[in-house]
Amino acid sequence: MRLMITKIISLNKDKMSIAKEQDVVPFRNRVKEYAIKIKMSLVNQTKLITAASELGRNMLRYANGGKVLIEIVSLGRQHGIRLTFDDQGPGIPDIQLAMNDGYSTGKSLGLGLPGAKRLVNEFEIKSELGVGTKVTITKWANG
Amino acid sequence: MATEITKILKKRKSVILERWMKNQLTDETLREDLISNEELRAESEELIDILTKSLNETNLTDPDSSDFDHVIEILGGISLSRAKQGFSPRETGLYVMSLKETLLQILQEEVKDPADLIAATLNLSRLIDNFSIITFETFIKGREEVILRQTDEITEISTPVIRVWDGILALPIIGTLDSARTQVVMESLLTEIVESGSSVAILDISGVPTVDSLVAQHLLKTVSATRLMGAECVISGIRPEIAQTIVHLGIDLSDIVTKASLASALSFAFATLKVEVKKVAR
Repeated sequence: MRLMITKIISLNKDKMSIAKEQDVVPFRNRVKEYAIKIKMSLVNQTKLITAASELGRNMLRYANGGKVLIEIVSLGRQHGIRLTFDDQGPGIPDIQLAMNDGYSTGKSLGLGLPGAKRLVNEFEIKSELGVGTKVTITKWANG
Repeated sequence: MATEITKILKKRKSVILERWMKNQLTDETLREDLISNEELRAESEELIDILTKSLNETNLTDPDSSDFDHVIEILGGISLSRAKQGFSPRETGLYVMSLKETLLQILQEEVKDPADLIAATLNLSRLIDNFSIITFETFIKGREEVILRQTDEITEISTPVIRVWDGILALPIIGTLDSARTQVVMESLLTEIVESGSSVAILDISGVPTVDSLVAQHLLKTVSATRLMGAECVISGIRPEIAQTIVHLGIDLSDIVTKASLASALSFAFATLKVEVKKVAR
């Protein structure tokens, strides 16, 4: 019997930088284009775009902007969108605290990070003080 | 010799204008639909006039000299007006480029010594190239002004406050709700509440593509401000996918009246105002 290794394969990628508030809308539209390309359902599209918007805005607000890698990924038969937000901001001192609902160092609702996590299938955050933060989210087309 | 160049150009001013006009008129990109020949001639004549006046031996090698301020001003004016009239960058650029061609032709005829000719050509090229760059810069600035004006217009257009009934206001929001938009929306809504003495305001977000926590925060602020004015605020136009997203995001809208459609928001408003709408049997 042959062993099946299922691995996430990246099929298509695109890089965008978010440096000012006006970049958020084109970025969201680009994510939407990709989501439509893999025939993601409307609800999942909206969830992904909202999560992308949250993380993009976070990057703008706390790290003065950064770069986003948009990828179409596939795992076996499943297709999905993976977004990697990479910034060179101050970093997050306490990730666990930042992931709490209602916690915000800015004057926002404090739902960006925890909310984005609930909206997508996979969520990974790495942050180093003084170096930057990297958030990777994946949403499957029928996830 | 530089002295010669300026003299030559001054002497043959009218020839330059004639040839330049000829160049421009025979060019394929001539836009007779946008500018008449007379206008073009007047523009060109003015430019050559000022250029030959401000040109002397010392500033010929120094394109940044303040002697050219007047030339730059005129060029800027020309390209700004062309940007607004809808000329393409190529057409605007060619206007100055074709002047260079004419000037170099004249030099070629007048200066016989090859070394002198090359030196003169280089200097003149540098000068005119600098002018073309300025033309492009102002051209782009002109276009940007058009874009800025349109942005302003869009913000104005997209936030109308509608009196749907005596005491009921509706405010359809279309597009992204950012901080600047929220400010405009809030201001016009609050002013209209005072002016019309309305007690119910309906914020319709059918046209808002994405409701993230920032948009939600802006909505919540608008609702609180409306309530401070003594009016009730209803949010309508919440689509199914938006509803699911809001729930997952964890935004608490439970103390706000929300409706799926403007129609149901309107009937809620009628109920609040104790107004009854019914069909009349004839």
